[in-house]
Amino acid sequence: MKTESTLIRVGLAIYLLMFFTYLLGPLILMGITAFNSASFPQVTPWEVLTFEWFHVLFNDKRILNGLKNSFIVGFFTVILSVAIGLAGALMLTQIWPRIRATYYTIIIAPILIPGVVLGISTLVFWDRINVMLGFSDDSFLHNGIFLTVLGHSTFISSYCMLVFVARLQRYDVGLTEAALDLGATHVQAFRKIQLPFLMPAVGSAAVLAFLASFENYNTTTFTFQKYPTLTIELAQKVRYGINPSISALAFIIVCLTVFFALVHEVRTRRAQLAIANGAPVGAVKGGFEMPKFFAGNPAAAVLALFIAGAVATIAISQVYDPEPAKAILLKEKRAEQKKRIEALQERLRAKRLQKQFKGPDIFGSGQSKVPQPPSKTPFGNVFDPGNLGGTDPNAKPKDAKTPESPGKGTFGDVFNPGSLETTTGTGDDKQ
Amino acid sequence: MSAGVGVDLQNMWIKFGDFVAVREANVNIKGGEFFSFLGPSGCGKTTILRAVSGFLDPSDGKILIGGNDMAGKGPNERPTALIFQNLALFPLMKIWENITFSMEVKGAGKAERQKRADELLEMIALPGQGDKLPSELSGGQKQRVAIARALCAQPDVLLLDEPLSALDLKLRQHMRTELRAIQKQVGITFIYITHDQGEALTMSDSVAVMKAGVIDQIAGGKAIYDDPSTAFVASFVGENNVFRGKVKSISKGYAVIDTNRTGALRARMATAVKDTLKPGDDAMMFIRPEALNISDKKARSDTRIKAVVQHSEFEGQAYNVFLKGSEDKEMKMSLANRGETRLYDAGLPLILDYDADRAVALPAGELASE
Ligand SMILES: Nc1ncnc2c1ncn2[C@@H]1O[C@H](COP(=O)(O)OP(=O)(O)OP(=O)(O)O)[C@@H](O)[C@H]1O
Ligand SMILES: [Mg+2]
Repeated sequence: MKTESTLIRVGLAIYLLMFFTYLLGPLILMGITAFNSASFPQVTPWEVLTFEWFHVLFNDKRILNGLKNSFIVGFFTVILSVAIGLAGALMLTQIWPRIRATYYTIIIAPILIPGVVLGISTLVFWDRINVMLGFSDDSFLHNGIFLTVLGHSTFISSYCMLVFVARLQRYDVGLTEAALDLGATHVQAFRKIQLPFLMPAVGSAAVLAFLASFENYNTTTFTFQKYPTLTIELAQKVRYGINPSISALAFIIVCLTVFFALVHEVRTRRAQLAIANGAPVGAVKGGFEMPKFFAGNPAAAVLALFIAGAVATIAISQVYDPEPAKAILLKEKRAEQKKRIEALQERLRAKRLQKQFKGPDIFGSGQSKVPQPPSKTPFGNVFDPGNLGGTDPNAKPKDAKTPESPGKGTFGDVFNPGSLETTTGTGDDKQ
Repeated sequence: MSAGVGVDLQNMWIKFGDFVAVREANVNIKGGEFFSFLGPSGCGKTTILRAVSGFLDPSDGKILIGGNDMAGKGPNERPTALIFQNLALFPLMKIWENITFSMEVKGAGKAERQKRADELLEMIALPGQGDKLPSELSGGQKQRVAIARALCAQPDVLLLDEPLSALDLKLRQHMRTELRAIQKQVGITFIYITHDQGEALTMSDSVAVMKAGVIDQIAGGKAIYDDPSTAFVASFVGENNVFRGKVKSISKGYAVIDTNRTGALRARMATAVKDTLKPGDDAMMFIRPEALNISDKKARSDTRIKAVVQHSEFEGQAYNVFLKGSEDKEMKMSLANRGETRLYDAGLPLILDYDADRAVALPAGELASE
């Protein structure tokens, strides 16, 4: 029993490890590449710890411009989508029950339509309107920001609506009725009772809308015109080859995400903790006290560590100078190159020698000093049957000859057209 | 405000699609009265209250408040305040803000509102609790806040939808007396909904008993209990022994009913059916457990019942004796505890009798427990 449960636990641990590696591995790797001085995002070979890619990033005009456009688009998309989503969700609660399902399907449809289609249709639709109104080609209806915001909002407002619908399901309509009964107008009842209740959902919907707008690519490609967003810029960059400044950007975004997730976690845990301790709900909103802040709140501890780590990293980046290390690396590289060239030359010499002394082993004991010729298989000669015999001191240096046999590729002769012909040939004979 | 704003329902129907929730309600509620609607769950009580407060329109008929037709007026235009079945306190507002919400929407200043809140908190015996949130109050306290909030709107008619149903028995009894006291104090019309007959009888000036959308009887508590107008009311309000049969003869307001299992029994005809019950009709006779006695042998034969004790229980103020008559007819008798040490063992044969004035003869009809 006991061994069985430990077995299960170990299995579970391995599974979790694999799962999280799969989930987070790429992000972590990419984050690491941002600190490697190699000019292509890579972890191995590790060259020198550097912060230069952050400098490159912050001096990249196009990236910064894309970022700015993304924020502008995100801002307006949030406003438009939250407003439309809220209206749509409220409508769902008011509408005649019999057509509710149909209405829901219609309003949710933009989520199911591919972003590409939304992008094209946004472009075409407003172009037609532009033509119909007789505006010029550079009117605001052709403005990239305008089109992108509208394109994004078509489907992001559906996301927002789902958030509001979820929150509204927990709303007691009796509260609005109570307000009306006490003499409030419909507007007052909405503003004083229902809207405060929906406030948390407005926050979540806004965050969701911003993130969805920020990361959108496929709709934006059709609508951005003269205002490329960050995703567009990144995609164009990748086409001309990338450098680790993109990793640096990814690293910053991941860090910000983790930071806000931690802040959120800390706050919810704090509220839960306070309620679990029997504190009145009003006290949860209370001030900020250090010991209480950490008490029984692992998320708070992680957050503190995280902030400390970030501060330390920034501090190090200010004082750390990778140049000496780079210089050393350069020297090492040169030395290695030199070594390689020498090795090559020696090999050539050895080959020449071998040709002269074909057959008898002039060095006697079999510890051949003849450098081994570069093997043609990716696994060296491990699969060479000759190597299986172990290291026989008296064995002749067979391997010196093996690579010379032609056609011994990685897969033997399987892909040799000649051998293929013979095999099929015998097959035909047998039929 | 002024004591004396009455409510009239005139021939009111409420339908949801094909479903009739309220059928032809005719109710006249006098100003300053404590009026209750009593009925089993789903009989349409809340629906009537929602129509009076303006949340739904009657399909037919009229609602008058203080003589004014309320057709086309929304809930915020009617002189009513509703205390909801679940109270519906605003969870994000403090108690004092909850109480004075009706002033806030009319634009009253903060100082004025706080002063009024303090007065009302005093009245509901929660002084100094105004800065709490509703979630920080007990059930009974929330209850009182809901009442204060409704009263703050200075309604002419206060509508209460089973406000005590969520409370435990002790608190409920306490709140009953408190509600009645508040009603006496402010002098406005209370329309109270309940499915608890004890609540309706103890508090109300008048009670309307409802069954599946139909109002069976409107009368004072004593009349409802002693002189029900239908078999449903007789069986729904309090406990009753039911004897089914046919009317054998009628004389001077009394009927002799040929019961199926217990022979001919005499009973007073209910006021409502005095002129309609005829010999040969299917009828029911109702006798309350406390109206049954152990016979002193002088009783007339048509108010005598033979029965055997099944078991008995001691309830404090009374003994409840469960009996079986002829052909296993089950009955319950309740005998006041006068200090004697009587024991009603199983198997003891008894002869019971009753005062024919305290037995009620009614046409056969649907019973509450069916
Ligand atoms: N909006 C509605 N649409 C359709 N049917 C309804 C609606 N509201 C109420 N009903 C029906 O009307 C009937 C009366 O409902 P109502 O809420 O008035 O009952 P009630 O007497 O208050 O019961 P309870 O004591 O359980 O609160 C019920 O059968 C209910 O199903
Ligand atoms: Mg109800």
